[in-house]
Amino acid sequence: MHNSSTATVNHEAHENPALLHHFATEQQQRDAASLGMWVFLATEIMFFGGMFCAYLIYRYWYFGDFGAGSQSLSVVLGGTNTAVLICSSLTVALSVRAAQLGKSTTVVVCLFLTMLLGLVFLGIKGVEYHDKFVEHHVPGASFHFPGHIPAHPDVPINQQHAQIFFSLYFIMTGLHALHMIIGIGLFAVITYYAMRKRYGPHYYTPVEIAGLYWHFVDIIWIYLFPLLYLIDRHK
Amino acid sequence: MSEHVSSLKLYIGIWLALLAGTLLTVVAAGIDLGPFNAVVALTIATIKATLVVLFFMHVKYTHEKLTKVVIVSALFWLAILLALSMADYTTRLWT
Repeated sequence: MHNSSTATVNHEAHENPALLHHFATEQQQRDAASLGMWVFLATEIMFFGGMFCAYLIYRYWYFGDFGAGSQSLSVVLGGTNTAVLICSSLTVALSVRAAQLGKSTTVVVCLFLTMLLGLVFLGIKGVEYHDKFVEHHVPGASFHFPGHIPAHPDVPINQQHAQIFFSLYFIMTGLHALHMIIGIGLFAVITYYAMRKRYGPHYYTPVEIAGLYWHFVDIIWIYLFPLLYLIDRHK
Repeated sequence: MSEHVSSLKLYIGIWLALLAGTLLTVVAAGIDLGPFNAVVALTIATIKATLVVLFFMHVKYTHEKLTKVVIVSALFWLAILLALSMADYTTRLWT
């Protein structure tokens, strides 16, 4: 697939110290790294997939209680966070592009913006968690979620079933937030090296790989937002 | 350097499409579509996810066919997990 003669190998190796000796070309090295990351992301799909499966089963079983739980979440905060995350995905994509074009200052600026947006997301998430604690919507001994099922004023909310909704809410958004924290940590290290101008058109694999991870975390949220915040809103 | 570099215009376009999709999904959630509320919400989410995978994650331009095999396999296994689990739980009350 990648035509490479010994001559080009030596030529590129001479030009680019980041090219490891067991790869024929820069392109092959990049493709291998990105393939490895995608294999990891495949395991992440199964990791989150188990939780999405649990959500699906319980939403099917406790349909109305899940609708009531969802209506207690803030669409404004959740929607804002979705927009924040989408903006951070753009800044990551632009940082990779800047590295490809050798614009080292733009790489650093875009990475800083990404980390900032990531922290804004976590801050808003913290406000939401705080609201849930104040309202006693956290599963446990002090759980209290009065009211009725959407569109059924005569059916009170089942406290056990509602706790399953909020358990899934905290587990899924919590593990998503943990991924965000790890992502910000990765970008902190990468920004440090970007400031030392380590990345350019010939070597930007860490920016690209961490970017893949960040976009994946964004995709998880793209599904979490409608599933957790927007069900039964019209009722 | 043979790696594909996407234009700034493309990235901004995808970004705007993702923001529009978010707005659309919030608006659609407020309209009573019966059982199709979930279908519409998940369709919009899947379109958004596809845009991110193809353009932000550069899968549209990858030279490595194995990457695409890995993605399709992961989604296929996820589909098995969800489909067989739901086939079980939705038919338990059948007599």
